[in-house]
Amino acid sequence: MTASVHGTALATNIVRSDVATPIVTGDPHASFANLLRSEWTKLRSVRSTIWALVTLVVTTIGFTSLLSWLAVSQWDTFTPLQQQEVMADPAGQILGSGFQFSQLAVCVLGVLVMTAEYSSGTIRASLLAVPRRTPMLAAKSLVFAAVVFVVAEIAAFPSFFVGAAIMNSRAPVSIGDPDVLRAVIGAGLYASVLGVFAIAIGTLVRHTAGAITGIIGFVLVLSPLALLLPGTVGHHIHAYLPTVAGQGIAMTAQRSDDLLTAWQGFGVFGLWTTALLALGAYLLKRRDA
Amino acid sequence: MIEVRNLSKHYGNKAAVDDLSFTVSPGTVTGFLGPNGAGKSTTMRLILGLDRPSGGTATIDGVEYAELMEPLRVVGALLEAGAVHPGRSAHNHLLYLAQTQAIASRRVDEVLDLVGLHDVAHDRVGGFSLGMRQRLGIASALLGDPRVLILDEPVNGLDPDGIFWFRNLMKYLAGEGRTVLVSSHLMTEMALTADSLVVIGRGRLIAQSSTEEFISRNSEQTVTVKAPEFNALREVLTAAGAMVEVDDTGTLTVHVLDAVRIGDLAGRAGLVLHELSPRRASLEDAFMERTHDVRDYDVRDTVASDPGPDPCLPVLVPERSTP
Repeated sequence: MTASVHGTALATNIVRSDVATPIVTGDPHASFANLLRSEWTKLRSVRSTIWALVTLVVTTIGFTSLLSWLAVSQWDTFTPLQQQEVMADPAGQILGSGFQFSQLAVCVLGVLVMTAEYSSGTIRASLLAVPRRTPMLAAKSLVFAAVVFVVAEIAAFPSFFVGAAIMNSRAPVSIGDPDVLRAVIGAGLYASVLGVFAIAIGTLVRHTAGAITGIIGFVLVLSPLALLLPGTVGHHIHAYLPTVAGQGIAMTAQRSDDLLTAWQGFGVFGLWTTALLALGAYLLKRRDA
Repeated sequence: MIEVRNLSKHYGNKAAVDDLSFTVSPGTVTGFLGPNGAGKSTTMRLILGLDRPSGGTATIDGVEYAELMEPLRVVGALLEAGAVHPGRSAHNHLLYLAQTQAIASRRVDEVLDLVGLHDVAHDRVGGFSLGMRQRLGIASALLGDPRVLILDEPVNGLDPDGIFWFRNLMKYLAGEGRTVLVSSHLMTEMALTADSLVVIGRGRLIAQSSTEEFISRNSEQTVTVKAPEFNALREVLTAAGAMVEVDDTGTLTVHVLDAVRIGDLAGRAGLVLHELSPRRASLEDAFMERTHDVRDYDVRDTVASDPGPDPCLPVLVPERSTP
């Protein structure tokens, strides 16, 4: 650090007439754009963002390649029913094989985007700048959703083409086939909403470890658990779980027993996310920071 | 102008801030004084809308903080140092704050220059010393060129150079007509910096007055007298109504009478004086006197009680905020 800080340096630059503006001003649209810019700066200026997003791309493409290759090389050991399932929805198989792992990067980063503010204390600086609080959460969610969407598509398209090339001998699929383009774009949409879902959990829980545990519970634990429930109740609960419902958007074919169409499922996921985010916003506004 | 009216904050049964009212006027540095745990930080957080009051109001120029459209352009705040993401650079921390209210990014460079962090602007804050974090906090408070400054223990962790610089900065800002509220548990620092004082203990107001007035009202004036015939002098003074203490060396400490009167009496009695010096208690003593009953624990354990000659003594005891 420089030691050249003395009283003599005082007079410089403290008064800045062009900085000072009236006390209560502002076009709310302009100020929300400012918040988006600010949240983008926050997101890009920490290393965890870069690492998590690189992990998202690398693991998606990596696991898609690996699992597609395994599926082809083990093809003869599959039961006819399993083979049929893959052939009915090769795009869904390809996308699912990568994103089932890489979605955890989105979960962790989404949680951190919020909980790192609490653990470092930056939340107080942030809320001093945006004392209404909820606009900050909205801007954060929007920026993160947009960034995750773009990066997830950067992962989804190569994954699809690599996977389709590997699977070509057993379950050929082309981007021009019905619903395939929607599924590939849908993988990014799913990841994007999952990111906001993670922010909502992070806002509710505020502690990194607890929030990550919470979201992993939602994504990985709840769904197999619900399948254990007997009969149609379990089937219904399973179908309406946030991530189970949301994943339909990244598949092309519906199974005969699916309760929700791709877009309906995505809507259910959106409702879950909106509800949790609204609860998070309410608590963010009420709680002491 | 900061106005605090009947402000309260309860945590369970414990009142951290209890029916507190005071005002902070523009153009002066107001010291916000109290022992550790008195509720200073909590009060500041309530003024800044970070905590919800259990009762009462706090306004800045008549408006609650949460109602300000562009708060950073009105109020600059420094809370605990180090409330910055350790992986972010100083520049990016200030940049994101500036962007929330469309403050030009060159202002970020200006405040970094001002606090002397120019050379480390792009280093991660995680590697900063406490003093550097404190400077970054001061930079963020000045970012929007605010007319009100609320600073919680701003000199913690600053080196003597930095304390000197910061003391002048506060006086300069107040001189420009800004409202400056600075909390501290260091009486000597406040004696040098603050024109007026708000003193609290256990969340309640103990005094609000000018610094001068606070000291004179809360500390007794005594006169130290040295005389070769001190026993004779003692009798003269006692006869005139004084309370006199004598120490081993024969030095008299005289209460009640002032130096002029003591000189007159000695002269009339034909007694020689070797020293006649009025002693007024320091702000430290006044503060100790007034907060004696409301200290959660004894402040003298953590703060040098000697109000002596070196007010630039660096303070290495960061105050923890109230519960």
